[in-house]
Amino acid sequence: MAAVIPDHLHDHHHHGPTGLMRWITTTNHKDIGTMYMIFSFIMFLSGGVMALTIRAELFQPGLQVVQPEFFNQLTSMHGLVMVFGAIMPAFVGFANWQIPLMIGASDMAFARMNNWSFWLLPPAAILLLGSFFVPGGAMAAGWTMYAPLSVQMGMGMDMAIFAIHIMGISSIMGAINIVVTVLNMRAPGMTMMKMPLFCWTWLITAYLLIAVMPVLAGAVTMVLTDRHFGTSFFNAAGGGDPVLYQHVFWFFGHPEVYIMILPAFGIISEIIPTFARKPLFGYASMVYATASIAILSFTVWAHHMFTTGMPAVGQLFFMYATMLIAVPTGVKVFNWVATMWRGSLTFETPMLWATGFIFVFTIGGFTGLICAVAPIDIQLQDTYYVVAHFHYVLVAGSLFALFAGAYYWLPKWTGHMADERLGKIHFWCSMVFFNITFFPMHFLGLAGMPRRIPDYALQFADFNAMATIGAFGFGFSQLIFIVVLVKCVKGGEKAAARAWEGAHGLEWTVPSPAPHHTFEVPPVVK
Amino acid sequence: MAESRVNLQQPVTQIATEIYDMHTLMLVICMVIFIAVFGVMFWSVFAHRKSKGAVAAHFHENTTVEIVWTVVPVLILLGMAYPATKTVIAMKDTSNPDITIKATGYQWKWGYDYLKGEGEGVKLISNLSTPSEQLDGRQAKGDNYLLEVDQPLVVPVGKKIRILTTANDVIHAWWVPALGVKQDAIPGFIRDTWFRADKEGVFRGNCAELCGKDHGFMPIEVHVVSAEKYAAWVAEKKGAQAASADDPNKVWDLADLKVRGEKVFAANCAACHQADGKGLPPAFPPLDGSAVVQGPKIAQIDTVLKGREGTAMAAFGKQLSDTDIAAVITYTRNTWGNHTGEAIQPTEIAAAR
Ligand code: HEC
Ligand code: HEM
Ligand SMILES: [Cu+2]
Ligand SMILES: [Cu+2]
Repeated sequence: MAAVIPDHLHDHHHHGPTGLMRWITTTNHKDIGTMYMIFSFIMFLSGGVMALTIRAELFQPGLQVVQPEFFNQLTSMHGLVMVFGAIMPAFVGFANWQIPLMIGASDMAFARMNNWSFWLLPPAAILLLGSFFVPGGAMAAGWTMYAPLSVQMGMGMDMAIFAIHIMGISSIMGAINIVVTVLNMRAPGMTMMKMPLFCWTWLITAYLLIAVMPVLAGAVTMVLTDRHFGTSFFNAAGGGDPVLYQHVFWFFGHPEVYIMILPAFGIISEIIPTFARKPLFGYASMVYATASIAILSFTVWAHHMFTTGMPAVGQLFFMYATMLIAVPTGVKVFNWVATMWRGSLTFETPMLWATGFIFVFTIGGFTGLICAVAPIDIQLQDTYYVVAHFHYVLVAGSLFALFAGAYYWLPKWTGHMADERLGKIHFWCSMVFFNITFFPMHFLGLAGMPRRIPDYALQFADFNAMATIGAFGFGFSQLIFIVVLVKCVKGGEKAAARAWEGAHGLEWTVPSPAPHHTFEVPPVVK
Repeated sequence: MAESRVNLQQPVTQIATEIYDMHTLMLVICMVIFIAVFGVMFWSVFAHRKSKGAVAAHFHENTTVEIVWTVVPVLILLGMAYPATKTVIAMKDTSNPDITIKATGYQWKWGYDYLKGEGEGVKLISNLSTPSEQLDGRQAKGDNYLLEVDQPLVVPVGKKIRILTTANDVIHAWWVPALGVKQDAIPGFIRDTWFRADKEGVFRGNCAELCGKDHGFMPIEVHVVSAEKYAAWVAEKKGAQAASADDPNKVWDLADLKVRGEKVFAANCAACHQADGKGLPPAFPPLDGSAVVQGPKIAQIDTVLKGREGTAMAAFGKQLSDTDIAAVITYTRNTWGNHTGEAIQPTEIAAAR
């Protein structure tokens, strides 16, 4: 692969408005990518503060820090903020920065729409976080917002619904942009099956987003009309059914968890070959595995509903379908391990995070398999076991992959290598504290501690205390990342165009930091 | 207390035992695979380092290997699915119960109606009995902190008990881990589940579906007793129920109604409107000084009987007797800052129904 970069592009930076207006009006994929990532990091910190407040309350039995009502607001908003504010926008930010660079395109296909899809997010975030301050406080029905509890809520619920509508529109626009960019703007010679895996996983994720975000919008709109306009979608007295809400929500919700993990798979699949100095073991099977996970993800939603009282055939169908997803997921893990096997490994910070990801994510995968088995899940659902499971896949999965990707591409974004020593400390602290926080939750769930409770029976005290200590450790470890970021933006060792010895791909053919405009003349991929 | 702290609780029914064993089996299988896969990975991390002079091989794509690591997991999964299928079918078999009990979830307590079999006609309401002083630390916490109720569910050992679940307001879930039972209670619908306890004892559980403010405070306590003890318990309950049955036409005086009303209020209304009547605005309005409570009585009777659609204010008409409703309304109208001086009679409630 070779890139042709006309010399005059190297030096100039930017023309057009400056200061704040530059950021508000920008249509540049790199600017927008940066804004997405800053936004998501701020949301990550706000969601983190809520998590730590929850954990502070749960440090000891008894009610000490917050009242039950506010506790429920915190868990609900923590979930929403982390899912829709932190993880999803962070991946869109990566897509914005990396997809054009990786496929040799000059920008995203719809640059103005790209600007709009970002700028929808801050108002949505203000609605969400602002709802804490309205009468009645924030929505407290859990991030799943099950009816009829969500019908009982105060105006915080309406604000959350509106915020979800806005974020959904933003996601759909972002997804359309990614689909069109990937399908139409690849450099000459870059066939689909030569495309970097990160682009493949994002392409498939974008289709998932377009398919399911409208479904979520439908679910919350029905809650809205039940609340204010006299409909009875979820009210049995009016001929509706509360369980309908759960079907519609989880038809969105299960694909949603793959929306949060497929791009992570893509990032890991870029990093492992670079630091193993060896091509990915099975590129084609990785693509097929991603596609099969995406397709299967539409057939498993009711595994979240094993206790609603489905008929036996329903339970069996959803149990089998869910177990089946373990197969393509296994294929991915085997592929990464086979890629490392007999490579020439080095463990710079990105590789540390990627290796850590495989290890902890797989624990989450196994607990997921255990939850797939309906009779076992009937014991475990709505307990702390599930909280452990989904944090193993969301924190140790999505979040660790995001950190891996950030350390990997920071040299390209800033032109400086990130501080290796701090990066490694950040990794080891996160890894250790993450496990101190969430591993004991498996035990709590098995022994019978329900989730979403502000206080608990005495036999759960020890592990809760441990989880809280871990959570604060984990939270403070993230401050190291802020230091790394600031140092890396301000200075540090200059990064070469190919910042990592074993890196391949078009993004490493442009200088570091990537100039404001890249690939104005498409490179030719051989 | 002998509960396990790191594993599923000690099962006392056939189903719970199957679940326990299935979980152990799956855990072992998963651990073996985990150790095998990460054994390989860590060997690679250890041995194939550039710093040790490892030179990257260049192999990739191997159809045989890829087929093997697809097919073998499928076979393992089939092995896991087989016992699970049998248990799913057994769990769903609620036919031929000895006793049928309806469990109704309320915000935030459980109501039990013995519908069929020995004990038919017994009704109880089961409230958390842990005193609030233990919650905020003014009193030492008892052994069964948050897992104890005033009136437990009592069932005989060795009998097939079918539990019908439903709810009055939002979704709750009836869960007792040792019995291997968790079933959502859905307002407006009836679902069922069953258990047959092999051992006498006290088994505790919780509501397992977020149901609002006091979701963490509506435990379930099941006493599994011998057939004789059960018969005695039923007789005692029935006697007590008959003795406390009210004459619906009795005319009460204000003081008696207030005494009775205070108890009804504490058990049914204080969770939201608070014992001091100040509520938790704006979610739960105060009754002290409320225009409805101080206004015409028919509006208040209507609110309490029929509830307010779309809010947490439930219809109490189905839960409470005419006398209880008359008493609680009289109480709220004549306490705190409310002084209407009116005594509401049970006959007025009956007329408004
Ligand atoms: C689960 C919480 C909850 C419980 C328990 C509850 N209420 Fe309410 N109650 C409410 C809510 C919420 C409202 C406000 C409804 C609305 O917005 O119209 C309300 C409103 C009322 C009102 C009207 C007040 C006004 O100013 O509009 C009365 C009277 C009342 N409740 C009486 C009772 C009585 C008597 C009981 C016990 C038998 C009771 N409530 C139990 C939640 C509850
Ligand atoms: C600092 C790290 C984090 C800590 C300590 C933490 C802790 C918690 C706790 C204590 C709960 C409440 C569990 C309950 O009561 O049911 C929770 C719920 C949840 N968390 Fe996290 N969390 C963290 C990060 C994340 C991240 C990064 C995500 C990413 C998506 C996430 C997603 C969720 C979701 C979806 C819920 C469920 C909310 C609900 O019950 O409605 N968390 N978390
Ligand atoms: Cu799912
Ligand atoms: Cu509940």
